Amino acid sequence: MAELRWPCRGNASTDRGRVRPTFAPVDFREIASLLRLELALDLRQRAAWGGMLLYVVSAVYVSFLAVKGGLGTATWNALYWIILLFAAFNALARSFQREEGGRQLYLYTLAHPRNVVLARALYNTVVMAVLSLLSLVCYLLFMGPEPLGGADVPQFLLAVVLGGTGMAAVLTLIAAIAARAGNGLGLMAILGFPIVLPMLLAVMRASKLALDGVAWSVNATYFGALLLLHLITITLAWLLFPYLWRD
Amino acid sequence: MKHWWWKLLGVLLLLGASVAALRVPLSPALVHVEPGRIAPGPVELTLTGYNTHFAQEGVKVFLENGGERLCATEVQVLSPTLVQARFDVPEGLRDHLSNVVVVDVTHGRLAIPGAVFTTGTGDGSGVESCAETLADAAPVKTFTFPNRNILYESIRNLCFHVPMWFAMIVLMAISVWKSVRALGSNDLDDDRAALHAVQVGLLFCGMGLVTGSIWARATWGTWWTNDVKLNGSAVTALIYLAYLVLRGSVQDPHKRARLAGIYNIFAFALLVMFLFVVPRLNAVDSLHPANGGNDGFGDLDLDDRLRTVFYPACMGWILMATWMYDLRLRAARLQERLER
Repeated sequence: MAELRWPCRGNASTDRGRVRPTFAPVDFREIASLLRLELALDLRQRAAWGGMLLYVVSAVYVSFLAVKGGLGTATWNALYWIILLFAAFNALARSFQREEGGRQLYLYTLAHPRNVVLARALYNTVVMAVLSLLSLVCYLLFMGPEPLGGADVPQFLLAVVLGGTGMAAVLTLIAAIAARAGNGLGLMAILGFPIVLPMLLAVMRASKLALDGVAWSVNATYFGALLLLHLITITLAWLLFPYLWRD
Repeated sequence: MKHWWWKLLGVLLLLGASVAALRVPLSPALVHVEPGRIAPGPVELTLTGYNTHFAQEGVKVFLENGGERLCATEVQVLSPTLVQARFDVPEGLRDHLSNVVVVDVTHGRLAIPGAVFTTGTGDGSGVESCAETLADAAPVKTFTFPNRNILYESIRNLCFHVPMWFAMIVLMAISVWKSVRALGSNDLDDDRAALHAVQVGLLFCGMGLVTGSIWARATWGTWWTNDVKLNGSAVTALIYLAYLVLRGSVQDPHKRARLAGIYNIFAFALLVMFLFVVPRLNAVDSLHPANGGNDGFGDLDLDDRLRTVFYPACMGWILMATWMYDLRLRAARLQERLER
């Protein structure tokens, strides 16, 4: 934590009750140290990662028992995304629940909130990229890799990673709102689901097309739209987060 | 007059446009041809018109096929909306589908494109074209709505269904503007304004869903279907219901104002993308006009006469929605003053 400077550098200034977050330039050193902090905390609490993976494994195993193989490509694809959707909500809901009471105040005095949310979004993106690939491995193991037979595999993997990281980008701010409202996973599902749904439909379609082995040019529109969505959501989170953090 | 001229304008526009939208007749059109399949040889076609006034004399019927015109050998007008025509269909018409066209002095040219399926195609029939006898008559100009062969009378719904969504978008935009102000000013009145704009907006969202569902039943044959535009509207409703749930779950008014404001801005920005950008991608299929590479209404169905009703209807509904929001907000302010 030595790199984090003190006190209150660049935090919102108060002028007769008006909140005006400063537009400090993005500080990559601060973000890097915040990322290190996230990683250190997660390595300390291995149970959190274990919990996420166990959630995915259980969900896949339940699907395996319920379906007993023999899925068509479309259903195989849909089931994978449904499992990943719930895994994402489960994994991201805890991303702001660590900050309770004093911890949040402490972090608030150390870092600019915009850097905090960028670091958190970045970290969640990495977590979701890893989680989506691990879920895919687990899913392939139980549900069988037959649909990958006619697929464009790199394209499918890109769709999987873009979908997973897209969920991370969208749900980071939602997780923060839900955590601040003090109503964790329940509220997060209500707030996040309608916002994730259109993205999920687009990415399901893109991965289905990749499984059918279409040319890259066909899916390029979807990948472009997903990248645009990443950009928009992270910009919005960057703009709005300082207001959320203040009490 | 200073403060309420726009309310009066809204009421007048809405009343005028709604009456016109329900009362203006549809333009005459051919709606049905029987039988739908013909073969070379003598053929008798029965044509059904809608809002037509075929006279006993001067009605000409022909088939258009691959640049050739094949005239009816005998035309019999059974009623103002029913015409029987006999043809000697030759061998070797170029295309499988023929357009059926009626020309007379009252209506000008009425046609059903690709109405009959022809067997026995070839390199052209070689019959003498009868085009020179069919100088296209100019139709009598009356104020009518377009008569499209899948919409028919349901085209009137354009003046109700679409303005609902316009009014909703305007209210949601007001709400976002108020939320942005509330975040900057910490003023609870801005937050209250955002809430009431969302509530009235949700009412219009509901009416848009209902009118759209009825229209979908009439034209697509189903109340609801899996379509980008429909998913987008369902997502809109869910997002703003979630906004109300979020408000309900926070007790402290200032914290509630901030959380709700942030969610409102975030959701609206994504909503604009999902409702207006994604459905227009050519990679997405859609039944809805102006989506997934479809033509909008402006290209085919929205002629100048429908426009003169449609635009005032939009304006009227938007003004009415704004007035409702204004009334609700003022009532809420008074309520708070009473409780204080």
